[in-house]
Amino acid sequence: MSLTLEQVQRIAHLARIEISESEAITTQGHLNGIFELIEQMQAVDTRGVEPMAHAQEVSQRLREDVVSETDRRAAYQAVAPEIEAGLYLVPKVIE
Amino acid sequence: MINASLKQLSQALAAKRISSVELTQLFVDRIARLNPALNAFVTVDAEKSLNSARAADARIAAGTAGQLTGIPIAQKDIFCAEGWRTTCGSKMLANFVSPYDATVIRKMEAETGLVSLGKTNMDEFAMGSSNETSFFGPVLNPWDRQRVPGGSSGGSAAAVAARLAPAATGTDTGGSIRQPAALCNLTGLKPTYGVVSRYGMIAFASSLDQAGPMARSAEDCALLLNSMAGFDERDSTSLDRLPEDYARDLDKPLTGLRIGLPKEFFGAGCDADVMAAVQTAIDEYRKLGATTVEVSLPNSHLSVPAYYVIAPAEASSNLSRFDGVRYGYRAPEYGNLDDMYMKSRAQGFGAEVKRRILIGTYVLSHGYYDAYYLQAQRIRRLIANDFVEAFKQCDVIMGPTSPSTAFKLGEKAADPVQMYLSDIYTIAVNLAGLPGMSTPCGFAGGLPVGLQLIGNYFAEAQLLNVAHRYQQATDWHRRLPNGIE
Repeated sequence: MSLTLEQVQRIAHLARIEISESEAITTQGHLNGIFELIEQMQAVDTRGVEPMAHAQEVSQRLREDVVSETDRRAAYQAVAPEIEAGLYLVPKVIE
Repeated sequence: MINASLKQLSQALAAKRISSVELTQLFVDRIARLNPALNAFVTVDAEKSLNSARAADARIAAGTAGQLTGIPIAQKDIFCAEGWRTTCGSKMLANFVSPYDATVIRKMEAETGLVSLGKTNMDEFAMGSSNETSFFGPVLNPWDRQRVPGGSSGGSAAAVAARLAPAATGTDTGGSIRQPAALCNLTGLKPTYGVVSRYGMIAFASSLDQAGPMARSAEDCALLLNSMAGFDERDSTSLDRLPEDYARDLDKPLTGLRIGLPKEFFGAGCDADVMAAVQTAIDEYRKLGATTVEVSLPNSHLSVPAYYVIAPAEASSNLSRFDGVRYGYRAPEYGNLDDMYMKSRAQGFGAEVKRRILIGTYVLSHGYYDAYYLQAQRIRRLIANDFVEAFKQCDVIMGPTSPSTAFKLGEKAADPVQMYLSDIYTIAVNLAGLPGMSTPCGFAGGLPVGLQLIGNYFAEAQLLNVAHRYQQATDWHRRLPNGIE
C-alpha cells in the first residue's frame, strides 16, 4: 500500500493540520515508510480472534448522579487564549 | 549525599542530620550548575521547591511525616502540577500553567510530602525514543553528551543519572521509562496498566499509558511506587485494588525462581555486546538460585507494527483537544474557525506528533478501520495471549531492554522507522498491559546496558524483589558517569 499526495493532504485536512505541498511530499515519504512496517500485520490470519481494546477486562464504573466537583471556571478560563465575559472567543461561525 | 538511597535520605531527615530545605537547596544548586550542559529540566522554580521543603520540615518537626517526606524528586513534564508550567515538551503547551494537580502529583507532594525540584524535558507528547522531538531541544546523556538519553522520559533519566535529583517520575506507553533507564544506567518500573492513576497525566495513548518511578535502585523504585500507586475514581481505568507495600518482598531469596527467556529476544536484532552483558546477568541469576527455561513469544515481531496503529489512533483522538480554544497555543493570524484550528495545530505540533496524528487519522478513517485498527487490536490479543502461555512455564521473563546502547544525537532522527525499532523489546509489554522493569546489568563500549524484567499482572513486588537481589549481588547500578560528583 502506498499513500498518494492527495491522500496525505486529505488526512491532514481531516486532522485539521495545515500542510504545505512541500511538507506533504516529505510527510508522504515518511508515512509510506511507516506503513511498510505496519503492513507486516496483513500477513497474519486473525479470523476468530477477539479484538483487544484494553489491557484489563473491566467494565466502566458508574457513580452516583451527584455534584462532585467545585466551581473552578475562573481558574480554567485563565489559561484560555481569548475569553470575554466568561465565554471562549472564536472566529464567527454563523453569519 | 547525592549518592544516598531514598532510605538513607529518609533516615537522615528523620534523625535531623539534614533538613529538607538543606537537601532541596543542594539539588537546586546542582541543577543550576549542571543542567545547562544536559537540558534535563525545562522548568525549575527554586522558591516553589524550597517552600515545599519548608512545609516538609514542618511535618517532620510535628512528627506527622511519612517515610519519604522532605525528599526532593524530579517530575516528568507530562504531569499537570498546579501553578507549574506544564508543557509536555510541546510548543502547544509552552505557556500552559496548570490550574490543577495530576493525581500522581497530589499523592506524591500533598500526601507523601515529596518536594518537586522541577519539570523534566521529554519527547513532545511522549512521542519519541531519544528526547530529540522536544520543543525545548534534546537532552544529552550524562554518560556521553554526544548521545541521546533515550525517551520519552529522557529528561528524568538524565536528571537522576547526573544526580540532579535523587529520583524521578516517568511515563511509559511503549518503553518510555525502561529504555531511557537502560540508556542512562537507572532502574525504572512500568507498573501493570491501571495501577497508577492517569488523571492529569497528559494523554498520549490511553489504553497503554502508565506512569512509574525512575531511580537508582529497585529499592528506591519500590518506595516511590508506594507513593504513586492506588485507586483513583477520577481515572475511569484505575483499578480498585487493596493498597500494597511494594517493598515487602525486596529481600526474598530467589531460590527456585523460574526465569523465562523468550527465544525471540535472544536472536538477531540485538547488538552482540549488549547481548553479552544480558547473558552475564542471567548467569548471575543462576548463581542466585534461579533456573532458566526457554519460552516463546511467537507474535512479538508484530508488536511494533500493531503499536504504530493503536498508539497513533488513540493519540489522534486524544490530541484533537488541542484546538487553540480553551488552552494551549493559538496561531497569531487566521481567517475562519477551521483556519484557526488548522494553523494553530500546524504551528503548535512538531513533526513527529503530526506524523502520528496523521497515521491515527488514516487508520481510523472510513474504509481502513477494519484492515488497520481492528487487525492491530486482534494482533494485540495474540501478543497478550503469548505472555499468558509463557507465564505457565516461568515466574518472570528476561531479556535486553533495548537492542543497542545509547545512540548518537541525530543518528536516527531522520528515519522514523529506525527510531521506532529501538523499542522492539519493550512495546509488547504495554500492549499486554503487564508490568516491566529495566535494571543496569553492565556496560558495552563504556555505555550502560539494561536488563528487562517482565512480570505477570500485578507482580510489581516480585519484579522489584528480583531486581533488588541482583543489585545486592552486583554494583552496576552504583556506577557514575565520568565527571559527575
